[in-house]
Amino acid sequence: MRTTVAALIRKDLQLERRSFESVPAMLMFSVTVFVLFHFGLDRNALAGDLAAGVLWVTLLLAAVLGMNRLFVAEREQGGFDAFLLAPVDRTAMFVAKAAVLFGFLVAVELVAVPAFVLLLLEPGIGQALPELLAVLLLADAGIAVVGTLVGALGVQTRARDLIIPLIALPLLVPVVIGAAQATAPLLEAGGADALEVRWLGVLALYDAVFGLLAYAVFDYLLEE
Amino acid sequence: MTFGRGLRPLSIASAVLITGAFALVFFYAPNDADQGFVQKIFYLHVPLAIVALCGFVAGGIYGILYLRSNDRAHDLRSYVAIHISLIFAVGALITGSIWARASWGHWWVWDEPTLVSFLIVFLLYACYQPLRFSIEDPERQARYASVFAIVAGVFVPLNFMAVRLAESLAHPRVLSTTGGAMPGDMRMTFLVSLVGMACLYVTLWKYELAAKSASIQLRSLRRRLAGDEGLAPLQRSAAPQQL
Repeated sequence: MRTTVAALIRKDLQLERRSFESVPAMLMFSVTVFVLFHFGLDRNALAGDLAAGVLWVTLLLAAVLGMNRLFVAEREQGGFDAFLLAPVDRTAMFVAKAAVLFGFLVAVELVAVPAFVLLLLEPGIGQALPELLAVLLLADAGIAVVGTLVGALGVQTRARDLIIPLIALPLLVPVVIGAAQATAPLLEAGGADALEVRWLGVLALYDAVFGLLAYAVFDYLLEE
Repeated sequence: MTFGRGLRPLSIASAVLITGAFALVFFYAPNDADQGFVQKIFYLHVPLAIVALCGFVAGGIYGILYLRSNDRAHDLRSYVAIHISLIFAVGALITGSIWARASWGHWWVWDEPTLVSFLIVFLLYACYQPLRFSIEDPERQARYASVFAIVAGVFVPLNFMAVRLAESLAHPRVLSTTGGAMPGDMRMTFLVSLVGMACLYVTLWKYELAAKSASIQLRSLRRRLAGDEGLAPLQRSAAPQQL
């Protein structure tokens, strides 16, 4: 299982490195949305819950772009068929794709979050960095798990680009709630307030529940 | 496959219970001290919402049964359960909105967690039929719809918890929906309404199942009589078309 997962991850990363299909698009999208929010809200700098909301809604919408593309190559180039022919555990596909989406999200955030701080954020972020990283990683895990599941569900439908966001966004509302509520005190204008640990708990619970659930049902999405 | 068994007693029971519940609501239950007569929409709104949510979860359970057994009848049950729950959910949203307008002065209040989580759940399930409709292969349609039903069924309680956590500290709950704080005659009326609504749901569910399976069986009988040429081709549909 471990070698299968590693091989699948390697394949996806190589594809991404050669085609640059997902990460640059997600990144450009995030930065563009920050600019849109600047004009839409008519603010030069944001703080507190407004900043947290803008950051998380942007990251979530960028993640949807990644979900839309996650399985397209498998479907169009026969990757699913090849994978099903191979004598390997089907769950490996789920684990690998979730890891890849998680990696894409981290890569996007490595640039998008500093861009957000630079473009829109009023207070500095230095003192709250460890907490912010924890929130980002927990939320990314949830988005990656649900995004992989919904991506696999939607890629076989005829209206892929519609079905995936329409299902993924309501499913990810708890992540937005948890992440935005956890981030808001970190971005307060007068310096970072303490992080409320229960929001990390909500995110961790969400990750655990949907991780197990996706692990259990993902096989059925691959059967022919 | 006979889905129609027991429909007559069920129909009579739900007619009696719903009529009885409305009689209790109008003639027996006292007017609420704060909200007056308007509060009585509670006896319609809350049972609608509870039954709709239970129906969504039941759809997920039938989804599990389908994936385990590959029996199309379970897929049909899951589909019809979610279909009727969606209709009940629209009713719950509309009555909830009316109640909010009458007692708080706004058609929509964001700080009422139950209402907000209900809307999110409704938005999610509103994608169930588009999802089915956009998958042509009937076997895959059933399988994917079951996966969706299971995931969404688990999402329902999780979402309620997250939304409630986000709001509950600011606003104490006036009336707990479980009926814990209600006086006896109100609670009695509420329970009769709830049982009546559940009975109505099951009756409608069975009627729809019977109708769907009857038309599926009719089609297969026609095919046996006239052969494939004598049949109009199947229209694309979100509903299961084979058993």
